[in-house]
Amino acid sequence: MKVGVVTFPGSLDDADAQRAVRIGGHEAVALWHGDHDLRGVDAVVLPGGFSYGDYLRCGAISRFSPVMTEVIEAAGKGMPVLGICNGFQILCESHLLPGALIRNDHRKFVCRDQRLRIENASTAWTSSYDEGAEITVVLKNGEGGFVADAETLDRLEGEGRVVARYLDVNPNGSLRDIAGVTNERGNVVGLMPHPEHAVEELTGSGTDGLGFFTSLAAAAFA
Amino acid sequence: MPVVVVDVMPKPEILDPQGKAVQGALPRLGFSGVTDVRQGKRFEITVEGEVTDAVLEQVHQMAETLLSNPVIENFTVRVAASDAGTVA
Repeated sequence: MKVGVVTFPGSLDDADAQRAVRIGGHEAVALWHGDHDLRGVDAVVLPGGFSYGDYLRCGAISRFSPVMTEVIEAAGKGMPVLGICNGFQILCESHLLPGALIRNDHRKFVCRDQRLRIENASTAWTSSYDEGAEITVVLKNGEGGFVADAETLDRLEGEGRVVARYLDVNPNGSLRDIAGVTNERGNVVGLMPHPEHAVEELTGSGTDGLGFFTSLAAAAFA
Repeated sequence: MPVVVVDVMPKPEILDPQGKAVQGALPRLGFSGVTDVRQGKRFEITVEGEVTDAVLEQVHQMAETLLSNPVIENFTVRVAASDAGTVA
């Protein structure tokens, strides 16, 4: 599959995301925030970083970039979209996902190998995992606290839309230990930890993150 | 030219870590009796011509779509006094 990785001004992890896409068996296509078309890609990754300097709110300016108009329209038609860290913030600001990410409750930037449980293995990005699988990938964020009102949280839990949950410690004050969520259709996933940094033994804390990128093929042929 | 002010505040039920940090610093500086601090943002929007209802409606839309995130923040819109250069 052709997987687009968007680079915004201030993106950090776009190169790693492209690399993870390739290791996952796909062709990585670089997309630019000013693009008005998606160059025929089959899926899109919004990478981590500090797009537009995190000005106003994380993801608030990026959400209105030209490429996001295309991403939002394609997501509405079912195209798989994965937002990692800053990408998750952009997806929440775009209202493709519910809730918001706020500053970590302990006010410090956190960087650690984080254990997670995959709670929903039926999304376009998690079908390579077994439901309940426990994985370890890097987590690094300053504003990673997932919040939503109680009604929304209940709905997410009731509909199985919590994709991943923090294990051992809650690293940022996320309500109900939520590390990632999906939309109703399961094609859009937002995740605060970074699976793209855990795809090779040489450079990462193992390869537990690779499943997010191999899941796409499984979804395509399902 | 007239100025329309948009104040954006975190919703009461949303944790405000920055406000908490400020609140924690105040006693260390000798300021006592502070029970809570909430930190928000203020936008001063200078507009052309008069501030009509249509202009205010437009600023409302700005606040809803970009200046605030309705999931976590509330906002208010008001017209600044015309001679409000400095507030003592």
